[in-house]
Amino acid sequence: MTRNRPPFTYPSFNDLPPRRSHAFPLGRMDRRALLTAASSLSALLLLPAGLRPGRAESAARPSPHPFVDQIAPDVFAHRGEVAVATRDNAGDHANMGFIVGREAVAVIDTGGSAKVGARLHEAVRAVTDLPIRYVINTHMHPDHVLGNAAFEADGTTFVGHHKIARGLASRAERYLAVYEQDLGPEAFAGTKVVIPTQLIEAPTTLDLGGREIALTPHPTAHTDNDLTVRDSQTGTVFLGDLVFAEHIPTIDGSILGWMAVLDTLAAEPADRVVPGHGPSSMGWPDASKPIRHYLQVIADEVRKMIADNRTLSEATQSVGLSEKDAWELFDAYHGRNVSAAFAELEWE
Amino acid sequence: MTQGPQKKSLLRLPHLAMLAVSALIASSAFHSASATDEDIWPALEKDIFGTRTVVEDTSAVTLEAPYRADDAALVPLTVRIPAHMADHVNKLTLVIDQNPAPVVGDFTFGPAAGSGERVIETRVRVDMYSNVRAIVETDDGRLLMATKFVKAAGGCSAPALKDTDAALADAGRMQIRHLAGEATAAAAGQRMGQVMIRHPQYSGLQLNQVTGYYIPAKFLRSIDVTRGGERVFRVEGGISLSEDPNIRFTYASGTDDTIEVTAEDTDGRTFTGRAEPKGS
Repeated sequence: MTRNRPPFTYPSFNDLPPRRSHAFPLGRMDRRALLTAASSLSALLLLPAGLRPGRAESAARPSPHPFVDQIAPDVFAHRGEVAVATRDNAGDHANMGFIVGREAVAVIDTGGSAKVGARLHEAVRAVTDLPIRYVINTHMHPDHVLGNAAFEADGTTFVGHHKIARGLASRAERYLAVYEQDLGPEAFAGTKVVIPTQLIEAPTTLDLGGREIALTPHPTAHTDNDLTVRDSQTGTVFLGDLVFAEHIPTIDGSILGWMAVLDTLAAEPADRVVPGHGPSSMGWPDASKPIRHYLQVIADEVRKMIADNRTLSEATQSVGLSEKDAWELFDAYHGRNVSAAFAELEWE
Repeated sequence: MTQGPQKKSLLRLPHLAMLAVSALIASSAFHSASATDEDIWPALEKDIFGTRTVVEDTSAVTLEAPYRADDAALVPLTVRIPAHMADHVNKLTLVIDQNPAPVVGDFTFGPAAGSGERVIETRVRVDMYSNVRAIVETDDGRLLMATKFVKAAGGCSAPALKDTDAALADAGRMQIRHLAGEATAAAAGQRMGQVMIRHPQYSGLQLNQVTGYYIPAKFLRSIDVTRGGERVFRVEGGISLSEDPNIRFTYASGTDDTIEVTAEDTDGRTFTGRAEPKGS
């Protein structure tokens, strides 16, 4: 599919606060430290091809593994393909990442198969040998959680919104069946559902050793179990699917709730965000604008249809078509979004 | 949708849920063949209508359904019974061949259904690619049918509930609307109304992996709609009617256009609502 928007401009790292000294404890020379030390351009060019950053944009801060971009000091993110699940992408079609503290690592989302989860695990291990203390799922959708199994052996605690257990449990069988079919037996191998056990009901801080990450559970928006993760040290926020970029948003919660949560989030400054789909790092609140606009257009036009006594099927054929060129996968999800919005808004 | 999990779901239905839905599940629905492999309609026809013959006749009834559904749990269907047939039609049955409970609902019409073009519009779950059928029964005992093929999957076994807590807290809430000026009901004396009832419509096919049990079936068993005390229709339905059942219907305008609705679910709970006509 062709892109019809200008390339995204990555935020500058020049205005970041200086690294705290404890980021490099003496005596612990892991691969991350070595690679970060060798960060001049000439040193970078001497690295084997596989260890060079995969994208020009991230050259400002080298990543020791091509699967991830280092979007801020010790904050890594992977850009999933903007696509549905296929044999070719093996379920690698959502963003994910990890944050490295002095004592431990937190992984945020794990991709759509055990294989993709294993790639992320490999990227973590290319960066650090520290234990992976937490795997945080931003919500229940399969493209974000089906890689959890790759982290089970580490004695990791799986963390999610307090409603993710129920939501994922009731959908697990179906998610697995659909992904097995879409990915094929080879890419799907080893994939299973691992349901988070540390459930977050109120804002909670997790400590990675000199690095605190703040978890915020949200009211029903994209789903009824959306959770965001803020790295306080760098002002980086992993938004999960509360923000889609390039990829059309999908409504599996509440359109009104989603607009309200976006408005709340947009008022909270962040140095950069990781959307659930699209670039691995974006500026804030700019990243919220296209999706907020899309939801508003759908809500406005659906409300008009309802006021005019039009039907659900009439709405799915006519609402929101002005947004068609703004999003990839429009035909795959837009009708369902209108359908969901209609079923919600007709009860207003 | 693959056959494996679907079949497994059915076979592993827990006893209670099984009992609750068994009356609605025709034995032929347990066929493991997919829609494209085998035509299960002859067997279904026999299960539902016995030895009587159903004849395809789109001059007696038409059915509108999307060829490809946007949301398998929310597939809009529109049935139209033309004015020349309306006086002679007492019953309408909606069938989705490949659903675990193929009979969506049996509508019985009353005097307030009127004699102009009759329209019933609702939303259903479609569990896999399937023929969808509207069959009317005439007063001289003929069974006439319109059929549409719908591409959708997972509508019954997927939890449709986007916000479980909101859905449960709200169960039974009802909205009844008079759709004044609705073009499709322009025929003499015919008006259009709509009833919406909040209900999770648990299918009994949704597995909770934490507990290992299927969520017990819980759905609206019947909905009665009257206009000025006279029956417009009564529908006896099952799990194939979407979450938050929503029915648009034509009715004959009379001296009293108050619409009253009574619904009963499988727990024996009764929900009622009424709406005076606008501007009266």
